[in-house]
Amino acid sequence: MGPQHYLLVSAILFALGVIGVLTRRGAIMILMSVELMLNAANLAFITFSRLHDQPDGQIFAFFIMTLAAAEAAVGLAIVIALFRLRETTEVDELNLMKW
Amino acid sequence: MELVAFVILTTMALVSGLVVIRHRNKVVAALALAGNLVSIAGFYLLINAQFLALLQIIVYAGAIMVLILFVIMLLNLPDESRRPGVGGIQGVLGVLLAVAFVVILGMALYNATEGSSFPAATGEFGTVESVGVTLFTNFFYAFEAISLLLVVAMIGAVLLAKRRL
Repeated sequence: MGPQHYLLVSAILFALGVIGVLTRRGAIMILMSVELMLNAANLAFITFSRLHDQPDGQIFAFFIMTLAAAEAAVGLAIVIALFRLRETTEVDELNLMKW
Repeated sequence: MELVAFVILTTMALVSGLVVIRHRNKVVAALALAGNLVSIAGFYLLINAQFLALLQIIVYAGAIMVLILFVIMLLNLPDESRRPGVGGIQGVLGVLLAVAFVVILGMALYNATEGSSFPAATGEFGTVESVGVTLFTNFFYAFEAISLLLVVAMIGAVLLAKRRL
């Protein structure tokens, strides 16, 4: 299995995440799709790290994992605050600032 | 052997990814996401990144997924409603653009790595030692910055979820 196979899987997973962000309307589902995309990026980073036999790509993946943890914590806190305020987490009903 | 593992992991990753973006029940989608994360940890193992695979299981499939599941069950959200709008023109356009995106990205990645193959495993790659030494030498300041980011995120989460600001 060459690196291009791993990179192709990573690209497809990233596109799945994009579709999720664009088509889902629940805020939590959008957050989960973003996690999918971050993971696809991680897979590409580690594949290139292995390809060049250097640990730098793994460090980036490590940082992305940390970032994902921070993002999940803040994002879910926002969702909870939103639900408390508006009784919904569907993003197309939250259009207070739209017009 | 590697081919079999790769095919199984790819199937698992793609199917669970599809379930994540299509299933209306949020708990099922979250569990599928956990499966997806585990299959990606399998990919890491296949390319000898053992430390990152372990980290993926512990931090991602463990901590972050528990956090997401906890919030889903705490809020007791109903299944997503089926109304036109998002499912209409935006959905079609989104899928079309995502397919175009994966074609372009796939071609670029394929051309960039065509004919190349992984170098022989050295036994050094992906161990806690090699990752840790790089992390605490070359990337020391980035490491400190990311720890600051974690503190800020923690304070922000506590503040946001408080009942009265």
